[in-house]
Amino acid sequence: MPLLNMTVNGRPVSVEVAGDEFLAHVLRYTLGLTGTKIGCEEAECGACTVLVNGQPVDSCIFPALKAQGAEVLTIEGLAQNGELHPLQRAFVEYGAVQCGFCTPGFIMTAKALLDRSPQPTEEEIKSALKDTYCRCGCYLEIIDAIKVASGQSPTLTCSDGRLPRSPKALRVVGNPVPRPDAVAKVTGQAKYTDDYAFPNMLYGATLRAAYPHARIKHIDTSRARALPGVHAVLTHEDIPGDKHHGLIFNDWPVLCYDKVRYVGDAVAIVAAETPQLARQALELIEVEYEPLPVVTDPEQALAPDAPKVHQQGNLLKHIKVRKGDVAQGFAEADVIVEAEYRTPMYEHAFLEPECSIARVAEDGKIEVIVGSQIPYEDRRQIAKSLGVPEEQVRVKGAFVGGGFGGKEDIAAQIHAALLATATGRPVKVLYSRQESLRVHPKRHATVIRVKVGAKRDGRLVAVQVHILGDAGAYASLSDKVMTRAATHAAGPYEVPHVKVDCYTVYTNNPPAGAFRGFGVTQSAFAVESTMDILAHRLGMDPVELRRRNALRTGSTTSTGQVLRESVGLLECLDKVAAHIRRELRVEPDGAWWRPFPNPADPARVRAWGLAACYKNTGLGGGAPDRGGAEVEVLPDGRAVVRTAAAEIGQGLPAVLAIVVAEELGIPYQHVEVALPNTDVTPDGGPTTASRQTYINGNAARMAARRVRDILAWAACEELGASQDELEFREGFVHARGKRLPLGEVARLAREGGRQPLARAVFEAPPTAPLGREGDMHVGFSFGVQAVLVEVDTRTGEVVVLKAVSAHDIGRAINVLGLLGQIRGGIIMGIGNALTEEYPVEGGLPYCTTLSRYKMPSIRHTPEIVSYLVEDELSSGPYGAKGVGEIASIPTAAAVANAVYHAVGVRIHKTPVDQDWLLRTLKAKSA
Amino acid sequence: MGRWQHYYRPRTVQEVLEILAHYRGQARVVAGGTDLFVELLEKPPAFEALVDVTAIPELRTIYQEGDWIVVGAAVTHTEIVRSALIRQRGTALAEGCSVIGGPQVRNVATLGGNVVNALPAADGTVALLALDGEGQVARANGSAWHPLLDLFRGPGQSAVDPTRELLTALRFRATGPREASAFGRVMRPQGVALPILVAAATVRLNGAGTHIEEARVSLGPVAPTPFRAQRAEAVLRGAPPDAAVFRQAAEVTLQACSPRTSRYRATREYRVEMIRTLLPRVLETAVARARGETWASPRFEVADKYSSFGCWLGG
Repeated sequence: MPLLNMTVNGRPVSVEVAGDEFLAHVLRYTLGLTGTKIGCEEAECGACTVLVNGQPVDSCIFPALKAQGAEVLTIEGLAQNGELHPLQRAFVEYGAVQCGFCTPGFIMTAKALLDRSPQPTEEEIKSALKDTYCRCGCYLEIIDAIKVASGQSPTLTCSDGRLPRSPKALRVVGNPVPRPDAVAKVTGQAKYTDDYAFPNMLYGATLRAAYPHARIKHIDTSRARALPGVHAVLTHEDIPGDKHHGLIFNDWPVLCYDKVRYVGDAVAIVAAETPQLARQALELIEVEYEPLPVVTDPEQALAPDAPKVHQQGNLLKHIKVRKGDVAQGFAEADVIVEAEYRTPMYEHAFLEPECSIARVAEDGKIEVIVGSQIPYEDRRQIAKSLGVPEEQVRVKGAFVGGGFGGKEDIAAQIHAALLATATGRPVKVLYSRQESLRVHPKRHATVIRVKVGAKRDGRLVAVQVHILGDAGAYASLSDKVMTRAATHAAGPYEVPHVKVDCYTVYTNNPPAGAFRGFGVTQSAFAVESTMDILAHRLGMDPVELRRRNALRTGSTTSTGQVLRESVGLLECLDKVAAHIRRELRVEPDGAWWRPFPNPADPARVRAWGLAACYKNTGLGGGAPDRGGAEVEVLPDGRAVVRTAAAEIGQGLPAVLAIVVAEELGIPYQHVEVALPNTDVTPDGGPTTASRQTYINGNAARMAARRVRDILAWAACEELGASQDELEFREGFVHARGKRLPLGEVARLAREGGRQPLARAVFEAPPTAPLGREGDMHVGFSFGVQAVLVEVDTRTGEVVVLKAVSAHDIGRAINVLGLLGQIRGGIIMGIGNALTEEYPVEGGLPYCTTLSRYKMPSIRHTPEIVSYLVEDELSSGPYGAKGVGEIASIPTAAAVANAVYHAVGVRIHKTPVDQDWLLRTLKAKSA
Repeated sequence: MGRWQHYYRPRTVQEVLEILAHYRGQARVVAGGTDLFVELLEKPPAFEALVDVTAIPELRTIYQEGDWIVVGAAVTHTEIVRSALIRQRGTALAEGCSVIGGPQVRNVATLGGNVVNALPAADGTVALLALDGEGQVARANGSAWHPLLDLFRGPGQSAVDPTRELLTALRFRATGPREASAFGRVMRPQGVALPILVAAATVRLNGAGTHIEEARVSLGPVAPTPFRAQRAEAVLRGAPPDAAVFRQAAEVTLQACSPRTSRYRATREYRVEMIRTLLPRVLETAVARARGETWASPRFEVADKYSSFGCWLGG
């Protein structure tokens, strides 16, 4: 093999490389510089950016031998003598890091920019970062960080130059503190699953279905097994336990046996000495198929003579929401509006593709390292298929490069464990971006018909909704997702008569599952578009129509839940409406929705549009919802929080550290948050349903208080004070003019026979299933967003220039993370509205590469103004509710409503098709 | 990794030709690789060796030779965008090259690669066509210049066989006094980042600025290969540079070319409408530049800038 001589981070390096090896591989796998990430191998995402002779390049497709004699700089070479580079410091401080997978690429791209242009303008920054993607959507924070690092003023700060804090801020709670893992992420030290390696490790690969729907007649693996370097080739016959997995319905074959039902189905798995050999072995596996007719869409699937995807039929579930009598409601209505909407499948496009590493550990247990959203659920499903008790399996978390719901289902966890047990060696199964696009569940494509009846004064009297959701080949979380779509389908309004029928249906398309917003994203688009149609039909201000019907304390939801507290919707509406009116200088009763031209180019027309929404916090629907956390105070006075609640970028470690620091009275920096490990960390439940701050924020708070009680017991005697005289602050226990360091108190507790450690499980108040009496959810967050769009009437292009949001999140704990979630959610919502779609035809996805799926870039990022409404929920930690999903739910409808206000064309289908829009405009003016 | 065995980085054109000859069709030329390596994700390679031409010094230079500006085939998009010579005297090319990808891609992707990849809507290529570009191809039996259009056989099909020959340079006629070029494109926010339409034009005005003396117009994708709109050029030649003439230029172009509906990208009707919208705008900009009025880009700007960002007001 040829020798590659180069300088990496100032050190000469000489390594053997293969002729077809790319630089990112050499850096990561030969040199162990895993700070450089691989997100796509298509030069699309920019996560792999390194500097070669000072120039940023995508190292994932940069031939290694091209770096012969070059100077290469990676993220690991940026900090000097332990001192962070100004860019790294600013990224940490200004919240420009969430999941962190894109962070090294951004910092390296920004470094090259600053080397050329020490004080770049905002336009230069956007131009430089145009093709570097952050799926968490920290673009505005990144711009700020680059400004700060280059000595300019940030823009997301308040007039006093400081980052915003909550008016209800406590000592730590409500203050803008950096993430505890931010430094590890900006230096490239944070380890994601693929960054781990074990001696003797093998590499797995998966044979995928050749057809979207076919009977498997025969599988012959003999030629693959015979290939030297191949250590295992497994099929369904080699699964000792359950041959299926599934989060609710156990319907998804670990390895297919009778049929394949979509193109991402796994048929066989291989472990070999190298990833190349493993892939080569796949080509030697012979599968004889009998292609079957393909069920391509839910309408077709429900036809009586449709081919069956599963034996029990294609209707997975019919979900009904009933309140009052819609027939009576419509009879009372003065105005009735009906409309139909379509939303496509969307792809999560988390920048870190799925990866699992399994090995038989020194203690004999099967250990799986995986960045998933539900570590304990992974453990259950792995054990079930291996046919071993759950305690025999240990799932260890790693840093997770984004999830958004797409890492809830099993990916390669079971496959890796099967291969590791079969070979007795560690096995890594890493999906390529292209495999990831093909395999994991998407957002449900829907067809939604809405019928709304109202009185002349705007009062809603009846809402009837029909939803058809494409579940794809397997159930995944379809039942719950579509239930959420249905229960929220009448919008955040009090409506006396509601009837929703939601059908979720099997097809041979990729499965649909959890995706930020969880069904509500789709139904909110439909109902909020319809609310605007109704407002204009009634000649009413869309804000006023919503105000009149908005849920408030004492209201009853569509499922019959009486809201007793924490309903900040009206305040959200008022804040956003006031902002738009201020900006447009219109009177409180003035028409803020009128279009106006871009002053420099009148053919580009602008207008505001608005939408409201609500979203449950927590699982609800009768599901037991609990999470556990453990807090320990170490001898040096620092504290550790342990929970298997997955952090996927949303900021949970900051929430946990803030809560513990607040309760123990120690500096925030003194709290460490451990990664999940099912042997050590208590079950935190799934990272889903915007629940982690609420559930595990509570659990950590309870555990911290228990530890504090233990410490108080130990400190009393030493300080000669009673418990209520003690004060925990600044890392000391104070009483009677004396103080003891917390570490010392922890030691005293140990000596006294009590460990300064406590576990707590927070159990959410019970909820009732849909259709039964009682509260379906513990609480709801509320959100209102308005966007200013500009439509180019010559091209049909739509741009969001500005977004204003107000969210009632109960209480702001982790302000930096909270605002990051909101801004990122809005940007993802803009993706839903304008850039993203995952079309499937005949069961074949169009987006076989990331280059065919456009997520919003820094170029799509508008100015964002965010208001927070803190209407506390009594069962939440300090009153907090969830924010993860609510931030992205109303955006698409707000964009559609703004487009209507700008050019008078109603968008019934996302994303907005500029081609269609222009043709419609032309037809309208003709 | 089994995709190809060898990766060569020769220093001379002669060496490239020798390696290609040695492999008898089993080796091919690569430059930036930003298209090739992505294509290979879905299509296994049919060659044993890659011959990287980006280390050949003569392929990396930009220089003026009489009326021509010569751009080495391995000059990167970044180098083109930063070249003062090209920005001033081949503005459309600098613009076309500036919109491709982000800096990471532009730092390695080459103009030669853009031409040999032969996509009918390639930004750099369409711009070069409006500048009367030519390409120099080196073969075992010598080297020759060809009009740019002769280098295309069909969509994605180049007349340059990368297993036997290589494109060594591109050249175009530098714009002179009262002469300028411009480039514009329309994108779709979804799906692949291939333009729905690109258009470029070069115009030369008479001394008084009342008439167009010479015009060259190019477009893509409106035909299987990058398209030179000769009928539009005929309309423009000798005509006053006004909106009615530009509109007419677009109309005669529509008669001469055949934009298609392409799934997930654009309908034929939309492309027709975009020719009517974009072409006049590009011509307008080129004329304004020829008059020395403006250097404004005809690209549709993504968003206007707001002066103040909001701050969270709390509560």
